Amino acid sequence: MMNDSVSKISGNKPVYSDNDPQDELFTLNLGPTHPATHGVFQNVLQVDGERIVSGVSTIGYIHRAFEKIAEHRPYYQITPLTDRLNYCSSPINNMGWHMTVEKLLDIELPKRVQYMRVIIMELARITDHIICNGILGVDTGAFSGFLYVLQEREFIYEIYEEICGARLTTNIGRIGGFERDFNETAFAKIREFLKRFPPVLKEFEELFNRNRIFVDRTADVAAVDAETALGYSWSGPILRATGVDYDVRVNEPYSSYEEFEFDIPVGTKGDVYDRFMVRNNEMWESLKIIEQALDKIEKEPKGIFHADVPDFYLPPKEQVYNNMEALIYHFKIVMGEIDTPKTEVYHSVEGANGELGFYLISDGGRSPYRLHFRRPSFINYQMYAPMSSGMLLSDAIINMSSLNVIAGELDA
Amino acid sequence: MAKLNNNTVLQRLQERFAETIRNVSEPFGLLTIETDTTRILDVLEFLKTDSELQFGYLTDITAVHYPDLERAFAVVYHVHSLVNNVRIRIKVFLEGNYPAIPTATVLWNGADWMERETYDFFGIQFVGHPDLRRILNVDDMDVFPMRKEYPLEDPNKVDKKDYFFGR
Repeated sequence: MMNDSVSKISGNKPVYSDNDPQDELFTLNLGPTHPATHGVFQNVLQVDGERIVSGVSTIGYIHRAFEKIAEHRPYYQITPLTDRLNYCSSPINNMGWHMTVEKLLDIELPKRVQYMRVIIMELARITDHIICNGILGVDTGAFSGFLYVLQEREFIYEIYEEICGARLTTNIGRIGGFERDFNETAFAKIREFLKRFPPVLKEFEELFNRNRIFVDRTADVAAVDAETALGYSWSGPILRATGVDYDVRVNEPYSSYEEFEFDIPVGTKGDVYDRFMVRNNEMWESLKIIEQALDKIEKEPKGIFHADVPDFYLPPKEQVYNNMEALIYHFKIVMGEIDTPKTEVYHSVEGANGELGFYLISDGGRSPYRLHFRRPSFINYQMYAPMSSGMLLSDAIINMSSLNVIAGELDA
Repeated sequence: MAKLNNNTVLQRLQERFAETIRNVSEPFGLLTIETDTTRILDVLEFLKTDSELQFGYLTDITAVHYPDLERAFAVVYHVHSLVNNVRIRIKVFLEGNYPAIPTATVLWNGADWMERETYDFFGIQFVGHPDLRRILNVDDMDVFPMRKEYPLEDPNKVDKKDYFFGR
């Protein structure tokens, strides 16, 4: 190496050639299992010192062929697949799927059920944002905020447990409503959550919002302007951080969102700090929505937790064992004997990461002819490698945290 | 601004592209049209750049396999006009075992991975795509798994086939 470093002689001065080891690019495999990436993400980066020159994302490490599996399953068995897309906020995926099928089957839900769904979806949004912002804190070196808010996520999981028995992959609800009514404990816990979460979130904000170290690490990092973000089909909090107020809950309200008063927080610069602030403010808005939903439920007749659609909503087990009609419906639903309309439907919900869409084509049979998930993480992540070039490695790490890419949703 | 509705969009498209806009339908209020491989880029560009329509947001690209049709592959675009809050679905039917269609990456950067995913699962060639590789499956896979001829479950399992229910 040293022999060619003086390759030419011009006069008496040695001229150094370019193969100085300091100038060589280094290939860095960030991932697939790197502790800083929080999931199975591989990025092959060309780095010059600590600066990234270029990168290529490799994805698909936990691809499970959900779209293929869905073509072989009756509608009600697809819900557990949606759990495993964005597993930080499974209930939103569950509800999105139920609503897609209900749209296909033209099922109108009672208002009380819609408000119950809104509560569940907003709780899920809070859990997701807690994770994202907590982890962003960890990646910038502030561990304690993460621990404070994770306790609250645990509490939300307890609410899930009251409602459906599960915590992470919830499989909440059925096509046509919920499998059972929220019990008193569930309502009490939701009310308790509304009381105990605001002070924690306030404390969390006080730890971060004007924290000099945090602001220095995040402000102006990975800033994206609105036009670029739209060109890359970004959606969700990261798009709103660039200043575009696109939110499916407002643009195409589902589950009676049009009846709720809430704001859409937007940012201005689209940097990591803006994304953090948008998510934090969305949690406040979610709390407002849950409170309104609880009030609205009070005014609705009690005890209604599903629509009257015996063709698609499984009858209660005690009736199946004792009642002929219920047994027949149970059999028909489980065997997939009931025809569905031959048509296609696109339905989207505002997932925690953006527009989560379901494109469902039905040929009239028991399972979808084709089901495609429009997965926000997949679409949001494709800008990651191009936007990383020129960035410091440590900035790229917190950029990934702030995109909140969830491997399950990325790879489907 | 008066709210843009499906009729206006359709009218504008038909004025511009005449009979290449076919099979118009409106399932669940979402305007669905079909067009040709040769015109798809023009249609998308018109939708994106027209000052009234402003379909500037590409929601999704995917494909569907209909093995019984002569043109067995449908590429489906969902495009959204955020300004007017109107969506449109555009389908292009393609024939052959190695169907090809021009890439939409010239209009939207975001089309890149959507097209790679569609290629990966259906084998549709997006002509002009900068980097058309498999994305979720392994590189050395030699099938396109979302095509209907690749069965998922045990083919001997027939207990829940649709033909038992007269479908």
